[in-house]
Amino acid sequence: MVVVCGAAGGIGQPLSLLLKQSDLITHLALYDIVNAAGVAADLSHINTPSKVTGHVGKDALAEALSGAHTVVIPAGVPRKPGMTRDDLFKVNAGIVRDLAEACAKHCPKAFILVISNPVNSTVPIVCEVFKKAGVFDPRKVFGVTTLDVVRSSTFVNHIKPQFEPQSNRITVVGGHSGATIVPLLSQIKQVTFTPAEIKALTNRIQFGGDEVVKAKDGAGSATLSMAHAGARFTISLLEASVSGKRGLVESTYIHLKGNAGAEWNARSTGLEYFAQDVELGPEGVANVLALPDLSAEEDALVKIAIGELKGNITKGVGFVTAIPAAKL
Amino acid sequence: MSPAPENNMVKVVVCGAAGGIGQPLSLLLKQSDLITDLALYDVVNAPGVAADLSHINTKSRVTGHGKDDMDAALKDAHTVVIPAGVPRKPGMTRDDLFKINAGIIAGLAEGIAKNCPGAFVLVISNPVNSTVPIVAEVLKKHGVFNPKKVFGISTLDVVRSSRFVSEVNPSVDPKSTRITVVGGHSGITIVPILSKIPGFVEGLTKEQLDALTYRIQYGGDEVVKAKDGAGSATLSMAYAGARFALTLLEATVAGKTGLVESSYVNLDADKESTAAFKAEHGLDYFALDVEFGKEGVKHILPLPQVSTYEQTLLDAAYPELKTNITKGASFVIGA
Repeated sequence: MVVVCGAAGGIGQPLSLLLKQSDLITHLALYDIVNAAGVAADLSHINTPSKVTGHVGKDALAEALSGAHTVVIPAGVPRKPGMTRDDLFKVNAGIVRDLAEACAKHCPKAFILVISNPVNSTVPIVCEVFKKAGVFDPRKVFGVTTLDVVRSSTFVNHIKPQFEPQSNRITVVGGHSGATIVPLLSQIKQVTFTPAEIKALTNRIQFGGDEVVKAKDGAGSATLSMAHAGARFTISLLEASVSGKRGLVESTYIHLKGNAGAEWNARSTGLEYFAQDVELGPEGVANVLALPDLSAEEDALVKIAIGELKGNITKGVGFVTAIPAAKL
Repeated sequence: MSPAPENNMVKVVVCGAAGGIGQPLSLLLKQSDLITDLALYDVVNAPGVAADLSHINTKSRVTGHGKDDMDAALKDAHTVVIPAGVPRKPGMTRDDLFKINAGIIAGLAEGIAKNCPGAFVLVISNPVNSTVPIVAEVLKKHGVFNPKKVFGISTLDVVRSSRFVSEVNPSVDPKSTRITVVGGHSGITIVPILSKIPGFVEGLTKEQLDALTYRIQYGGDEVVKAKDGAGSATLSMAYAGARFALTLLEATVAGKTGLVESSYVNLDADKESTAAFKAEHGLDYFALDVEFGKEGVKHILPLPQVSTYEQTLLDAAYPELKTNITKGASFVIGA
C-alpha cells in the first residue's frame, strides 16, 4: 500500500493520478485534511488494478497509514513570488512533524518520501522524530530531489539538442534549494560546455523552482513537474523494493550515517545529511555512491552548499529536539 | 542534430489547459513521444502551467498562451483537445452547463476554423451531446467541417465500465477488457454493451445488472457528489482524455492500424456503415466503436447485436439525444 499525505493538494492530485497508473501498487490511500474523499472517488474510476481509498482529517490518519509500504509526503503550503523554500519552514515544519509522528506510530517500517519544502530541513525533522520513537532506519527516509535531476536534463537539452533528455541522467548533489543544488555537469560525456554555459545552466537548474513560482504569479509553485518527478522516484523505489530490480540509481537527499558507502561523503562534507547518487535495493538505500571527481567550479559550489545546508539541517533537527520529551 | 523540422511537427493544443481537467491532461500529454509541440491555451494562468510542464524532460516543446493569444496557440495544430468550460456542482446535470459552455465552445470552434481547419478536434467540454454538434456547425459555416476529424470524448464511460465490471466480477481484468459504450455522454444516453463480455451478464441478477448500469450511467454524478462542491471528475477525465488523444495520435501520426475506441461522432464520418441507422433513428450524432486511420475515423463499427435489456436502454437514449443534438445545432444555426 502506498499512502499520499496531502493528496488533495496541487502536487498531491497529479502525483496520485500518476501513481494510480502503476501496476506495482495494489492499494493507494489518499490522506488530506480536506477533499481527499472526492479525489479518491475520482481516481477510483480509473481502470487500473489498484484500490483507492480516501481519508480525511487527523482522525483518519491512523487508518490511512496502517500497513503502509511507502508514504509520500507532498503536504504543506507552496511558495509565492519572492519567497525562498526556507520561508515555508514556519508552516510546513509542524505539518511534517505531525505526519512523521503518525508514521512512527502506525507504519514505522515504511519508506518515507519527503517532498514538502524546505526539504533540506523537513527530512531531518522526519529522521529526528523517528529517532525519538526508536524506529529510525536511515535506509528508508528520502528527500525527493528528482525534480532538480529532471530539470538538469531538460535545460541541458534546451541548449544542446543532441543531448537526449529522457534517457540521460545527470547527478545532482547537495540539497534541494537554490545554492545547495549542485548539478555535476562535468560528468556529462556526450556534450561539452563553455564556462559561460556552465554558469548559466547551473543558475537555471538551481533556481528552476523560482522560475515557475514567478511564471505562476501567485497561483502556486511547480506542481505538475513535481508530480512527474515524485512519481518517477516513487516508482523507482517500488521497482527496487517490490519487484527486486537491481542497479537503479537516483539522486536523493538522505541521512548519511548508517548508509553503506556514505562514510566518505559524511567525512568530506562534515554533514549529517546530503544528496547524492544512491543505488536503490529491497531495503531502500542499498549503497551510496561516492562523490566523483569534481571540477573546480563544482568544488566551489559544493563548499557553498555545505555552508548553507549546515544551517538548514540544524534548523530542522532543532525543531524536533527542542520539543520537551513529554509531548511526544 | 537540429530540432524537429517543420514537416515532422506534431502540435497538440489544449484549450482550457489551466483548468481542473486541463492541467493533469496536459501533464499526461507532456509524457508522450509522439508530440513535438504542446500548446497550452486558457483565459488565465496558461503561461504558469506551461513554465511548470516545460521543465519535464520529455521531447515536446511547451508554450503557454493567454486570452489574447488564441490564434498563435491554434496555428498549425495537428490536434486540438478541448476541456475548457465550467464543471458541474451537486444536483446539476451536464445539460445545466449548456448556457455557459456553449458560448465558450463556439468561440473556440471559430478559432479552429480560422487557424487550423484541418486539425483533429477532441471535445471534452460538457454537455458533449450538444457541444460536438456546436463545433460541427461552426466548422460547417466556414466550409471546413470534416466529420472524420471531430470527436466527442466518451472514453471515461468506457473506463468506468471496465473498472466497475471488474469490481463486480474480479476475474475480469479492468485494464485489458475493453467495453463498447454507445449512445451519448450523459445519464440515460450512456449505453454500455455488457452483453458482449463473454459469460459476464449471465452471472448477474437483474438487480445487479440494474445497479451496474446505473453506476456506469451516473458515475459522473458519483464523483460530483463525493467532491461536495469542489468539482467534478478531473483526474479520471484527464486519464481518459489522454488515452483517447494518444490512441488517435498513434493512428494518425505513427500510422498504427486496427485501433478502436468508442467515441461520439457525426455519422457522416462513415456514411456507408451508418446510413440505415441514421434513416431509422433520425440522429446525426451517436457514440459507437470507431476504428482509427490516418484520416481520423476510418470506419464506424455498426451497432452490435444487443440484448433485450440493452434495447430498452437504447430506446430511452434516442429521444434524449435528439433533444441534445437539436439544442447544440440550433445554438449555432439559430444565431
